[in-house]
Amino acid sequence: MLGRKMLIAAAILGTFAMLGAGLVAMTFEGTKERIATNEKEFLLRTLNEMVPTQAYDNEIYTDTIQVHSKQLLGSEDALTIYRARKRGRPMAVIMTVHAPDGYNGTIKLLVAVDLAGQIGGVRVLAHKETPGLGDGIEVERSPWIDQFYGYSLNAPDTQGWKVKKDGGIIDQFTGATITPRAVVKAIHRALIFYFLNREALFAPADSIREIQPPTQTGAR
Amino acid sequence: MDKSYGDINREGLWTNNVALVQVLGLCPLLAVTSTTINGLGLGLATTLTLVLSSLIVSLIRNVVKPEVRIPIFVMIIASVVTAIELAMNAYFHELYKILGIFVPLIVTNCAILGRAEAFASKTTPDKAVMDALMMGLGFAAVLVVLGAMREVIGQGTLLAQAHLMFGEIGRMFTITLIEDYRGFLLAILPPGAFIGLGLLIAIKNVIDEKGKKKAIKPAAASKLATADL
Repeated sequence: MLGRKMLIAAAILGTFAMLGAGLVAMTFEGTKERIATNEKEFLLRTLNEMVPTQAYDNEIYTDTIQVHSKQLLGSEDALTIYRARKRGRPMAVIMTVHAPDGYNGTIKLLVAVDLAGQIGGVRVLAHKETPGLGDGIEVERSPWIDQFYGYSLNAPDTQGWKVKKDGGIIDQFTGATITPRAVVKAIHRALIFYFLNREALFAPADSIREIQPPTQTGAR
Repeated sequence: MDKSYGDINREGLWTNNVALVQVLGLCPLLAVTSTTINGLGLGLATTLTLVLSSLIVSLIRNVVKPEVRIPIFVMIIASVVTAIELAMNAYFHELYKILGIFVPLIVTNCAILGRAEAFASKTTPDKAVMDALMMGLGFAAVLVVLGAMREVIGQGTLLAQAHLMFGEIGRMFTITLIEDYRGFLLAILPPGAFIGLGLLIAIKNVIDEKGKKKAIKPAAASKLATADL
């Protein structure tokens, strides 16, 4: 009698487990493509905010290379670099850059740099900074991240590439120093990476897969 | 279990408020209420999940054996939340960019399991949905008030970043209460949420006490009057 009761209960539980898993699986299958399109559109829109559409004519979303540089790009994993060209001539790169020393782990950034080495824009892809405090790095929340527009490796100089609290020229925001400091350092390192690898970054995707920076970078 | 709609409304919004009386769902509550808008976002997302999960739980209440009801409720809530998150990401991508971070947090909100177990599993779907709606709104109200408190004390503003939720027009909602405010970090960090919630509970208790005294006094006075006669 008891065994029968247990079997029935188990059968009900199993049925609901299958129903629940089925619901999730169906929703996943049904939304997979739309989500991928949405994410691609979002990324393209973000890329276009930094490099205007009329400045390039290639498929910026697929014209990418993967690079490794723990020292300068902040990640052990391969990071994607998008390349903008017009009539086959290099125009700009948009680099995925990680700032490993955020207040709450890694901050993932996109840094656009034109051929001359000037920043076309910086955007935050993902972060886990304190809501209401460190999340001012998001462009939707505060214009802070726009101040980097037009900066390059030598303007401001190395001393200037710091938040004001550390003697540099870049604004921090109230209550948060660690987050802006991490972002500033990551952008500066990305510019050094670009300076060292500029030629190689525009090579055809099939001829070059990875770029290692020189062991002595002179970064610090 | 036979409650009138009036009882359900009163309990959900005040006398049995999820955050102030049951003190459930603290994890998302403390994590998210650093601004009014964040509080509103989590409140809306939680209410939606609560209504859907309570409806399903109430519909299947006669099929589920009591021995296995809790794991079944947990599975229902987890599947519903995941499905909502995926659907939002696919069809309301802009909204997902804003509310998306709150949705996974809802799974950790034991208030939802609490309502499924304590109410929805014992009543008809219409009352279960009503109860879920009222509980959700009560929770959302506390989130908004706590968010506003922390935002004013922490940053000196109210409804900052409202454009994330209401579009461009939202920029006009933002009120800067204190110009050139230096910020009060404690209010924004998690301890500020604990202190703020404690204050809200205290205020609620004071209001309840006053209400009780008022209710007693006229009764006592009328008794005296009859004794005189």
